[in-house]
Amino acid sequence: MTIRNNITFASIPKNEGMGFALQKNPKLVIQDVIESGLKGCGGAGFSTGVKWSYAAEVKGATKYIICNADEGEPGTFKDRVILAEWPDLVFEGMTIAAHAVGASSGIVYLRGEYTYLREGLEACLEERRKAGALGENIDGKEGFSFDIHIHMGSGAYVCGEESALIESLEGKRGEPRNRPPFPVECGYLGMPTVVNNVESFAWVSAIFAKGVRWFNQAGTEQSPGYKLFSISGDVEYPGVYEFPMGVKLSEILKDAGADNPKAVAVGGASGTLVPPSNFECKVCFEDVPTGGAIIVFGQKRSLLDVAENFQEFFADESCGQCTICRLGNAKLLEGVRMLKEGKCTEKHLDDLCSLGSSMQVASKCGLGQTSPNVFLSIVQNFREEAMECAVNNPVLTSKEASHNIFQSVVRLFRGEEVPEQTVSNHATTTSKGA
Amino acid sequence: MFTHSPAQQRTTPLSSEALVVEHDVLQKEIDELIKLKGDSRGELIPILHEIRKRHAYIDCFAMQYVADRLGISAAEVYGVVSFYSFLKEENLGKFTIRLCRTISCDMAGKQLIAQQLEKELGIKFGETTTDGLFTLEWANCIGMCDQGPGLLVNEQVFTEVTPKKVREILDGCRKTYQENKQGGS
Repeated sequence: MTIRNNITFASIPKNEGMGFALQKNPKLVIQDVIESGLKGCGGAGFSTGVKWSYAAEVKGATKYIICNADEGEPGTFKDRVILAEWPDLVFEGMTIAAHAVGASSGIVYLRGEYTYLREGLEACLEERRKAGALGENIDGKEGFSFDIHIHMGSGAYVCGEESALIESLEGKRGEPRNRPPFPVECGYLGMPTVVNNVESFAWVSAIFAKGVRWFNQAGTEQSPGYKLFSISGDVEYPGVYEFPMGVKLSEILKDAGADNPKAVAVGGASGTLVPPSNFECKVCFEDVPTGGAIIVFGQKRSLLDVAENFQEFFADESCGQCTICRLGNAKLLEGVRMLKEGKCTEKHLDDLCSLGSSMQVASKCGLGQTSPNVFLSIVQNFREEAMECAVNNPVLTSKEASHNIFQSVVRLFRGEEVPEQTVSNHATTTSKGA
Repeated sequence: MFTHSPAQQRTTPLSSEALVVEHDVLQKEIDELIKLKGDSRGELIPILHEIRKRHAYIDCFAMQYVADRLGISAAEVYGVVSFYSFLKEENLGKFTIRLCRTISCDMAGKQLIAQQLEKELGIKFGETTTDGLFTLEWANCIGMCDQGPGLLVNEQVFTEVTPKKVREILDGCRKTYQENKQGGS
């Protein structure tokens, strides 16, 4: 059971939005998308309509519409659900985009981990071709041809960044490009390219089916509309939820059944770690932005374990192009482990924070810019806990751990109470081979 | 992601059903692939994918030959292979098990599943069983955060894995393999 509340996409009839959009002049279509205020749902939050308008301005070139289905952010799985449940809406959205900017070719960049979704998507594409919703003269519209094919990713998180994704499509290493020029001017094969997230395309279809007003009256001024959230971690009901933008984090937590969390990562591993004092914050681009990932950490979780997991992820996934990201993430990982072992001085911690701040400004792409976020949030909000971690949860050698287990067993036999966490810290340190 | 040599990383001997391919056979396969997909640079990764799917790993000969056919340098092909985790891995086993190690699956108890897999198979992560059936690998977030711990067996996904389910999954693989073997002979 993944879907947890009423999601608009379930109620949108097939091809309704596309039918309306294709009857309109491309300029008006773009105007509508701008007016709806829809912002990219992958996390960066750039206006979808404005992006389209840039691509539409370039005349006479072959243009491409790319659907970014390389959903790799830890804690995010909404796109998987959309692709499995409502693929038509995504393909419709791509077709509307093609009509708006004048493109004839579309590509879905599907992450390798989602290969099992491919069969269903291909079947859906085939069905649409047969129904005349893809191919030549779509919907009976003379001269409008558009087709979509699926390209498989190969297991690289950084390819979710749009210019890295384009590099990967061109058969190269997925290393982000310098920008400008932006993909809307010079993207796939040097041509104007619109890259949007799966969810963004689906919302476009919904907006044309239900109307611009319906969408932009919800949400906040800077972040209109609705958004899907992937909620996981220490909650009663993990899954995909829909909320209007600007919803209070505490409301999300209440609906998902979070019981007095210690902290919440909004935006996944590259997002912000929100402490309880700030649970009343609004989830939107003005306050705490997110691509939809909400990971909840209960009272018993060690935030240093969380930071270690995230830094392992980034150290592994950094493309290595920018020195500060490549080495910075390795340094932060080392720092987290020093904290866990009680070997980190206050001075060194300050240095690490300064390194993190440098990474935020000196990295080329979003990966490096956001990878120190959680570490910095932990130091900012939970500095004492981080520094005292080693004292409160000493890291045990395997000999000490076995001794503790032995002691616990003896105590159990004697009917005495066994202290919690006798061995757990040892278990996490041995898993470092990961 | 940037320092990895597929050729040097081999830790397990090749299994009896050797995945070693004669160079002329490999050459023929690559020729056919290029005939099918075309020889543009954009087809490089799909071609490598296909080679990787058929064989345990992409060896130096294959990289050089693909490079020659696409008119690019072998170093560029190597650069691509070593960049992508699905291309650089050496999965000698028939079934590659990738256990998600990222945060939500971690909190849902991936460590227990990891231990169970290692014990059941008698290998560590990154290794292949001596019968050549299973390779064990870690995966970064596979998008099953609401149903962790999650793992992939080749392309198939399993969620809410428990130690008991681990045995079922492994038995299922063995059964599939036996059936295919009988069906093939």
